[in-house]
Amino acid sequence: MSDGDAHGLGRAELHALYRALVVTRAAEERLETLQKQGHVTGGLYRSLGQEAGAVGAAFALRRATDGTGDFLAPTIRAAGALFLFGGELIDFFRQYMARGTSPTRGRAANVSWFDFPKGFVGPVSPLGTMVEIMAGITLAFRMRGEERVGMVFYGDGASSTGAWHEGLNFAAVQRCPLILMVENNQWAFSTPTSRNTRVASFVEKGPGYGIGAESVDGTDVLAVFDAVRRAAALVRAGEGTRMVELRYFRRKGHAQHDPQDYVDPALIAEWEKRDPIDRFRSRMLERGWASEEELLAIEEEEFERCRAAAERAVAEPLPHGPDAVLDVYTDTETRRPWTRAREPDPALA
Amino acid sequence: MTQPETPEHLAKTRRGEAVTFLEAISEALFEEMRRDDDVFLLGEDIGVYGGAFKVTRDFLSVFGPERVIDTPIAEGGFTGAAAGAAHMGLRPVVEIQFMDFVSPAYDVITNYIATSLYRGAGALPLVIRGPVGGGNRGGPFHSQNVEMAFFHTPGLKIVYPSNPYDAKGLLKAAIRDDNPVIFEEHKGLYRAPALRAVLPDEDYVVPLGQAKTVREGTDLTIVTYGAMVHKSVEAAETLAEQDGVSVEIIDLRTLLPLDDDAIVESVKKTGRLLVVHEDTRTGGIAGEISMRVNEKAFEWLDGPILRVTAIDAPVPYSGSLEDYFLPQTDDVVTAARYLAAY
Repeated sequence: MSDGDAHGLGRAELHALYRALVVTRAAEERLETLQKQGHVTGGLYRSLGQEAGAVGAAFALRRATDGTGDFLAPTIRAAGALFLFGGELIDFFRQYMARGTSPTRGRAANVSWFDFPKGFVGPVSPLGTMVEIMAGITLAFRMRGEERVGMVFYGDGASSTGAWHEGLNFAAVQRCPLILMVENNQWAFSTPTSRNTRVASFVEKGPGYGIGAESVDGTDVLAVFDAVRRAAALVRAGEGTRMVELRYFRRKGHAQHDPQDYVDPALIAEWEKRDPIDRFRSRMLERGWASEEELLAIEEEEFERCRAAAERAVAEPLPHGPDAVLDVYTDTETRRPWTRAREPDPALA
Repeated sequence: MTQPETPEHLAKTRRGEAVTFLEAISEALFEEMRRDDDVFLLGEDIGVYGGAFKVTRDFLSVFGPERVIDTPIAEGGFTGAAAGAAHMGLRPVVEIQFMDFVSPAYDVITNYIATSLYRGAGALPLVIRGPVGGGNRGGPFHSQNVEMAFFHTPGLKIVYPSNPYDAKGLLKAAIRDDNPVIFEEHKGLYRAPALRAVLPDEDYVVPLGQAKTVREGTDLTIVTYGAMVHKSVEAAETLAEQDGVSVEIIDLRTLLPLDDDAIVESVKKTGRLLVVHEDTRTGGIAGEISMRVNEKAFEWLDGPILRVTAIDAPVPYSGSLEDYFLPQTDDVVTAARYLAAY
């Protein structure tokens, strides 16, 4: 695309895009602080350098809050998409800090939460499995004649799973209105893409399933938006499943515990020059889509929003331990074993 | 929606005719699909062919390809898709052509489906059903019992009926249940002439989680399920005639959740427990039942809890091997006799 092309987006929309990029990074940076303070439960996963992929893609879909919009299955590195779909910032922090007030009430981690009216479903850790789930969700859209589109994110690593293949094949055969977003950040934990697949680009996998696929620079938010908008139009028109590859680089380790010493530092430095937020910011200024003051204001607002949400979430309690027995079944009680009562009593068995 | 016409072979109960176990399953599916537009079927060869065992014969012509979906051969893919559809309010019934092939779906069933409610994503009302069990010379890949692969996963229910009445009522209950249900159908029962029964011509369900006393007795309790119910009844008759031993038989019907109360109540009456299952021995359900009785009724026991099971081996192909591998009526008689004299 030409640099001057805003793809029909108006000033307010361009600002919203920028805001979504900024909040993603600000939220994750806030998490790092929270983790250093000992508030975060479990791993912390950064999407540094990948923000434009999630944000540009989600921006191209129809988002609603009443269960009539498009549907998203994000990954840990697609928090920006989750925010655009209405995921609350404070819930993001609550989830990471396993608070009792979190949407999953402390049962599941980070972005693995759910809001069906808003249209998102949290991932299960074997991410390829989400392709199967989203195949079924979009099958339901098709069966009911709803003009809704699903979007499932997964990494280059998940593309190797059997579940990914089975889910994609099912979706393709059934012409499910589903867009697969492969986050090719070149690393599956410590394993490079070249050891996960022999194809040079993930779009080569599309024809094997009879579906259209497109690869896009995942650091260019407008290019991503444009590619996904095109894909969504085709899918919505009944073409069935499509795939979009996001090309970028994971600039931090798999999670915070991973120093990423298996990656050539020169490579990371090179990708830093293609930072998606810097790129979009410069373009906004060059094209006159925003003034420096406007961008600074957005940055300050989002930073402050993250600070305030995190502060609130930190103050909230962890879940009540005995609630661990709730919601295993809708109708069958689960009990703590009687031998773990302070005074074991077989009558409690 | 107009009432679809009922094919002749699916209206036997309505005509007051006896049905086989398989026909009871078919009637349950058919009646549930007619009752609730959200119920639909996914599976291999269930449409045009009507299913490997013909459980869904003529369903395609009645309900159409949107509700009777022939899938690619990929149990994980279509079981996962069923879960997604269930998220959207549909009530899918998945057929696994032989339950031995459920293993590719193990990931999505245990990691995703069983945990969905707990994770806050809502319950997933879906049924995963299919033929299980040996005795049909199916060999290692067409004969397994899969209950214990899922018994250890909280969030699932597991049903394993032994007769047409229960099969129909339990399958209807499973389809209407808001939790995911694994539903096992012993293929040796499918067309067993002795099991043919006239079912009530009314909409009935058999509630999940309730065992049934199929034979009253005072000396010894046999807890069993599925095809082994019938071998256990044969054994009990022999013991009554030859030994004067009075055997009580509990048909579990639902394996998860397990009806502890029915088991414990019977054990308190008889003081002796024999668990009989067709599944292999190690890690079989007898271990769990024994532990529960140990916890809840230890002082009522007059002997060790024993079990009659298959051998810890893959299911063999040749008839002579398979007959040796599977628990037989004589084995039940022998073990029960030993226990009764303990």
